Amino acid sequence: MNAETPVKAKKINFAQAINLAMDEAMAADKRVILLGEDIADGQGGGVFTATKGLSTKYGVARVRSTPISEQAIVGAAVGAAIVGYRPVAEIMLMNFITVAMDQVVNHAAKLRFMSGGQTSVPLTIRTATGAGVGFGGQHSDMLEAWFAHVPGLKVVTASNPADAKGLLLACIQDDDPCIFIENTASYGVSGPAPEPGYVVPLGKATVAREGSDVTVIGYGAVIGHALAVAKEMEADGVSVEVIDLRTIAPYDEAAVLASVGKTKRAVVVHEAVRKFGVGAEISALIHEHLFDELKAPVQRVGSAYAPVPFSPALEKAYLYSRDDIAAAIHKTMGR
Amino acid sequence: MTGDTAAEPDRSVLLDIYRRANLIYQADEKFRTMIMGGQLQIIYYSPRGQEILSAALMAALNPDDYLVTTYRGVHDQLAKGIPPRDLWAEFAGKKTGTCKGKGGPMHITHPETGVMVTTGIVGSGLPIANGLALASQLEGDGKVTVVCFGDAASNIGAFHESLNMAQIWKLPVIFVCQNNLYGEHTPQAMSTGAKELIDRAPGYGIKGVQVNGNDAFAMYQAASEAAARARAGEGPTFIEAKTFRFFGHLLGDDSHYIPKEEMAAAKLADPIPGYRKALLERQVSEAELDAIDAEIAEVVAEAAAHALASDYPDTDEIRIDVLGMEIAA
Ligand SMILES: Cc1ncc(C[n+]2csc(CCOP(=O)(O)OP(=O)(O)O)c2C)c(N)n1
Ligand SMILES: [Mg+2]
Repeated sequence: MNAETPVKAKKINFAQAINLAMDEAMAADKRVILLGEDIADGQGGGVFTATKGLSTKYGVARVRSTPISEQAIVGAAVGAAIVGYRPVAEIMLMNFITVAMDQVVNHAAKLRFMSGGQTSVPLTIRTATGAGVGFGGQHSDMLEAWFAHVPGLKVVTASNPADAKGLLLACIQDDDPCIFIENTASYGVSGPAPEPGYVVPLGKATVAREGSDVTVIGYGAVIGHALAVAKEMEADGVSVEVIDLRTIAPYDEAAVLASVGKTKRAVVVHEAVRKFGVGAEISALIHEHLFDELKAPVQRVGSAYAPVPFSPALEKAYLYSRDDIAAAIHKTMGR
Repeated sequence: MTGDTAAEPDRSVLLDIYRRANLIYQADEKFRTMIMGGQLQIIYYSPRGQEILSAALMAALNPDDYLVTTYRGVHDQLAKGIPPRDLWAEFAGKKTGTCKGKGGPMHITHPETGVMVTTGIVGSGLPIANGLALASQLEGDGKVTVVCFGDAASNIGAFHESLNMAQIWKLPVIFVCQNNLYGEHTPQAMSTGAKELIDRAPGYGIKGVQVNGNDAFAMYQAASEAAARARAGEGPTFIEAKTFRFFGHLLGDDSHYIPKEEMAAAKLADPIPGYRKALLERQVSEAELDAIDAEIAEVVAEAAAHALASDYPDTDEIRIDVLGMEIAA
């Protein structure tokens, strides 16, 4: 791009970015197929319209609306994957994966190892979740720690549309089973569009904002909040670095340690329930490696130990907030 | 039961079934001897009594057709063609095994012979079989996927989701329920509302066939017809193959929950001597069958010795095959 003639950057929202990743993957490889409830255009192109247009373009043999049978959907994806297909299974909402856990945990995750490397499982499960949209207890859970704790699975989520496109494409191209988490509330959120062919490597974090006093580590929608808090803190004279993990498992330990090695302070943030969350793992890693250098104990921010409530008043009480992030940062600064 | 008798298979097919069945029979006997003798420390689900079912089924398939089976899978795996020495070494947890010792008896994979998945989770093979069949359908490769499971597996959700999905998508898959009348220690009548398992099929619009799995002729015919339907694009078949297991759920189980008369009747109808007799009645000579038996005995002895003599995997293997990339030490 010519630096002297700034063009208005093209915008794209999450739903479009996700659609673009599948479109590119399907155009490049006929072994990429999509399975999920109501995903073909005849059924509306997916409840969040993430697959809109794809069945019209690639046919209903490759973009298959399924019965409401999560075990059968994920199982079919496993079977097709072990003979070389690259299925993308849409599990409408993350809580619905609970009825397919056997296929995910006992089969997708383990068949490579248990077969001694003879059968890999290059499937992707796309799934939406997150509180803040009034779905209540059974449609909003952030379950990434469950999957991150299963060897053999990759868990991925994006903080902006361009990364969503690049990460999902990487998941589809990856030879291991990937769980790609989408944020229900964010499908309409826009950001700069990526260049065609844009891929974000799995397992690599990115520095979303450079800073020198404290590192905030997070992923997904958390990053937007962390950046906003970082900006506010600048006025207080606190320089906040923000690390976007992008891949939750296996995560970029080197990037985390490099940043905290520099700032000597860390706050880990996620929407998932704080107890037993991903934050506990990252906090432990930092303490194991940098205990003597830390200027303060690592702080964790997450949601309350409760099912996601319905009432807006309770939902607010449940969810982590920007104030929580700011308070945790202040705590590491000794204020 | 399928009553109409088609033309009998060729003599070569009959001997092929005999060979497969007796490889299972002798291997099973050797496994049990070694386990009881302390040479192998494994949980063992004996297929004794179900040999003919599996031998006739696999003889009706092509070598590159796919198979998905279960923890009680030795008969299916050997009948499908896994070299006994590779299987044996895997059972012993050795690096020379089918899966480098990382899967073990309940998780045998051997793509060269089409054995794609062996699962220890009841009913979980069915959804995966659909995926294999879906790949074949898209690829147009003409392969058929066979998935074996027990009678009790017909009570788990995955079974029902899978029959339904296979039927609506007309997948080239054969669901083979090896009905040995018990799931662990519970008889079919106590665990299953449907009187006959075959009665499940019409509810999904799927073609169902009930057959005496211990009758090689009937089993071969049912499997051949189902495979032909699948290859012709006519969709899945549910085969309920009646059989019996002689050594209970797992080795060491004293079968106290099986009425003595039921066990005695089943043993009287033991399909292994039964099939031998059937072949002798068809002008196959004792000498010919004895020669096959002797050949198999050598193969089995060699396989067992090979397994015992092989090394355990290197401990570094713990970091390999977890993901595509090696896990850091
Ligand atoms: C989901 C699940 N539940 C329970 C078990 C424990 N289990 C193993 S085999 C078995 C009985 C299955 O019986 P059946 O399907 O008839 O097969 P068979 O063992 O008779 O060949 C049970 C309950 C299991 N492995 N998986
Ligand atoms: Mg049974």
